[in-house]
Amino acid sequence: MMLEVKNVQKRFDHTEVLRDISLNVQKGDVVAILGPSGSGKTTFLRCLNFLERADGGEMVFDGEHYDLHKATRGEIARVRKKTAFVFQNYNLFLNKTVLQNVTLGLTVSGKMKKQEAREVAVNALERVGMAGHLDRYPAQLSGGQQQRVAIARGLASNPEIIYFDEPTSALDPELIGEVLSVMRKLAEEGMTMLVVTHEMNFARNVSTRVMFMDGGVVVESGAPEQVFNHPQSDRTRQFLKNFTEIE
Amino acid sequence: MNERLWNILVDSFPKLLGYGVTVTIPLTVISFALALIISVVVALIQYADIKPLIPICRFYIWVVRGTPLLVQLYLIFYGLPSVGILIDAFPAAVLVFGFNEGAYMAETVRGALESVSRGQMEAGYCVGLSYMQIMRHVVLPQAFRTAFPALSNSLISMLKGTSMAATITVMEMFRQATVINGRVYESLGLYGEVALIYLMFCTILTWVQHWAEKKLASYGGTKA
Repeated sequence: MMLEVKNVQKRFDHTEVLRDISLNVQKGDVVAILGPSGSGKTTFLRCLNFLERADGGEMVFDGEHYDLHKATRGEIARVRKKTAFVFQNYNLFLNKTVLQNVTLGLTVSGKMKKQEAREVAVNALERVGMAGHLDRYPAQLSGGQQQRVAIARGLASNPEIIYFDEPTSALDPELIGEVLSVMRKLAEEGMTMLVVTHEMNFARNVSTRVMFMDGGVVVESGAPEQVFNHPQSDRTRQFLKNFTEIE
Repeated sequence: MNERLWNILVDSFPKLLGYGVTVTIPLTVISFALALIISVVVALIQYADIKPLIPICRFYIWVVRGTPLLVQLYLIFYGLPSVGILIDAFPAAVLVFGFNEGAYMAETVRGALESVSRGQMEAGYCVGLSYMQIMRHVVLPQAFRTAFPALSNSLISMLKGTSMAATITVMEMFRQATVINGRVYESLGLYGEVALIYLMFCTILTWVQHWAEKKLASYGGTKA
């Protein structure tokens, strides 16, 4: 098992956002996390990378045990080193070029030599089809291009797992496809991924497992065929129905 | 214009310009550098929420912004000697101008820091950078760019403000104009002339500002 998460709890003021969320992920798994907004799926993902500090819960990641509430600075750094996070709003460094966005983490925190970092970065950018724009700034790129660079930035550190937080939600509809096809390619190459998404086709066709959340609990989880075709709970059925009606 | 006045203006121009270049400009540059350091430190303390130091920063900004620059100059130069603290005119002027403008610039820099999206910090953490590394490579450069026009304003305002150093005996460009005027009594001509030289300096600064803003704009816009 690459990642075992147990009993994650989180509250903001008086609202319980996460109630005992658990999840097991094996190497090569692509887990799609679905659910209505406010269900806690983004918060759950952020807790795993300590962008949000959970109130309770534990995690075994890559053979090491972590307390999600009490993890030390060193432990947090160790987790982040082996993971990558792709944000809804890309969050590329606006004052850095495409190339610098990918190399910054490698040279500054990874102490890699400039030339070597450049090779690694160009290689990662090639995988997302962005190696032709090395010297552009984020503001000169489309949303889809920015998100692909953000994925390359994550890939460059050779992570064990990539967390995607609604990676296509901020994109114009015609740009969604280019990002999803990069993600599909990564999945096919065996990358372990945790994807919070509203893209039902991606969840159905690419993911190896689907987890449906609502109100801070996991309502249902299983293989995509099972969850989509034979949902066990009424809540899941109702949620999926809204989507199929739109599509 | 009569010939006497014309000759006075022609004679005094290089003298005034000389004081401008050798005193007014160095006074401005040194004071501004001090103000910049103070403002960044004060802004960072507030941005990073370093609790024990924040009251000190707020107090400093409160006092400096709430008292006139001229009064501050008099206090430091004429007031402090009575408690045994003697500071020469030029360094006294640098201290007052630096700490005065620093308080205003601190607010500019703080606003600029806060305008940098929170996501930049999170993205930095996720690629393994530390807080200081993110500040240095990502947040501060972006904040500096946002603050640049307002900081240029401060610089221009400070350049003109250095004329007040004349009141504490710093022999800068304006004081030199009053000295020459004391000999020849041509107030309109001489003060008009010194005004023109200030205008010239400020015009050059404005050009430099526009040029630099264009350079900085190579990020390609300010989209979030």
